[in-house]
Amino acid sequence: MKEYMLIFRHQDGQAVASPEQIQVWMQQTMDWIAGIAAQDKFVRGMGLPFADARVVHWDKSVTNGPFGDIKETIGGAVVVRAESVDEAVEFAKGCPVLQGEGNTVEVRCLASNDGVH
Amino acid sequence: MHDDAASQESKSAELIPHLFRTEWRKMTSVLCRRFGIAQLDLAEDIVSEVFLSALESWSYNGLPPNPTAWLYAVAKNKALNRVRRDRIFHDRVQPFVEELKNEETSFDVDFSPIHAENSQLRMLFVICDPALPLLSQQSLALRVLCGFGLDEISTALLCSVEAASKRLLRAKELLRQQQPDLEFSIEEAVHSRLEAVLSSLYLLFSEGYHSDTHERVIREELCGEAMRLCSLLLAHPLCNQASTKALYALMCFQASRFAARQSSDGEIILYDQQDRSTWDAHLISEGARLLHEARGGEVLSRYHIEAAIAFQYTQAEDNAEKWQNVLSLYDLLLQQHPSIIAATNRCYALSKVKGTATAYQVLTQLPGEEDLYYQLLCADLCAEDNAQQRKSHLEKALQLCKREKDKLRIQARLQ
Repeated sequence: MKEYMLIFRHQDGQAVASPEQIQVWMQQTMDWIAGIAAQDKFVRGMGLPFADARVVHWDKSVTNGPFGDIKETIGGAVVVRAESVDEAVEFAKGCPVLQGEGNTVEVRCLASNDGVH
Repeated sequence: MHDDAASQESKSAELIPHLFRTEWRKMTSVLCRRFGIAQLDLAEDIVSEVFLSALESWSYNGLPPNPTAWLYAVAKNKALNRVRRDRIFHDRVQPFVEELKNEETSFDVDFSPIHAENSQLRMLFVICDPALPLLSQQSLALRVLCGFGLDEISTALLCSVEAASKRLLRAKELLRQQQPDLEFSIEEAVHSRLEAVLSSLYLLFSEGYHSDTHERVIREELCGEAMRLCSLLLAHPLCNQASTKALYALMCFQASRFAARQSSDGEIILYDQQDRSTWDAHLISEGARLLHEARGGEVLSRYHIEAAIAFQYTQAEDNAEKWQNVLSLYDLLLQQHPSIIAATNRCYALSKVKGTATAYQVLTQLPGEEDLYYQLLCADLCAEDNAQQRKSHLEKALQLCKREKDKLRIQARLQ
């Protein structure tokens, strides 16, 4: 069993939604996570708020962001346990983030410090 | 981890329905009152950010022990951050920022229930400004006081998302220009504007209740929001006037037949065919209590008369007295507030008292040909043996009808 990180990329992280819509998204996300957790394969998750976000540039300058200059932003990630990358991909397919057109979920294996990676 | 997720799931099941929507209007109103009406957009931005934070945090970490308190705390912090960092804000609201410099630590936003309710009430008075076009008032009320998104507003008010968006922008621009002070005296506002507020709520409710193009869910939601805003007025000692009570009573009586007037397939069920056991007895008695309280004052508003009519309709027993009462009330209503809708509805009562022939004769003299309900009533009231006449009314109704389910029903009657 390996650990995989599912990274959510949003086309537009700042789109204004109604409270009702946000509540629906939250419920869907919780249901999705609960489905993975029910198989004892949910490790942890994290949201990445935009508030107080900073970008540090090569010259050590710091800007607020990532706003404006890039189209795609990372909205959050979860770590799951899976037998294979294919199983992790199946989890990713159920992610509510994918309801947004153009959004993606990137699946990455976590290095396990066992000499293999 | 498994345990955490399991408890998270059980907590999410307890997530109060419409929690976000109820908190949206409180936080927006309170923040707007704190910053001034010109900063409505800022208030909305902050509240949106609060909810996005909740989405990011609660989804993965589970609900906090007290979700509302969490929202308020985050809102307060975000408000403070915005005030601190926003230069534009600094330029626009110089005195406020000066004050803040002196006592930054004392920055507070009061989300207590009393303050939140009072802020929403003030917002309602500001929004229901007769100088704003009615549709702008309704869009603003749905946005700010009901937490509707643009797509929800466009569905509710039957316009495109673009039109809803433009209307909102224009309404906000007008508010910015006028800059009404939210710390007005409620007593004066009641004097000058309560009538306009009641009228806007009445029309918002009617939009939900009478529109024949809406799906049931949207209709009930619109009516429910109009009732909730009206109950804000009821809860305030100065706004709790006889006409407010009468309007709320009217809403109760009409809402009591929601379940009965549409079948599970979404077809309209006319009054005569409704299953009267499905009328909401609780709403009817609440309405009756308020209508009773509203009586005896100096004012006899149109809401009094319409509520009295609606009350008669809630009486399941059909007898001569009931319909005679309804007829006299319609006569009174038409004297004071003539309208085609009231005149059309009066004919139904007239048919119960004087027979269908008389009612049909009166009805066909009214200018209501372009109304679906008018044509359906004509078809119901015209003589049994005059199949040709009935057919022509049903055909006109079919042309006017917008919902597929109702079209099928009319087609069935045509065959």
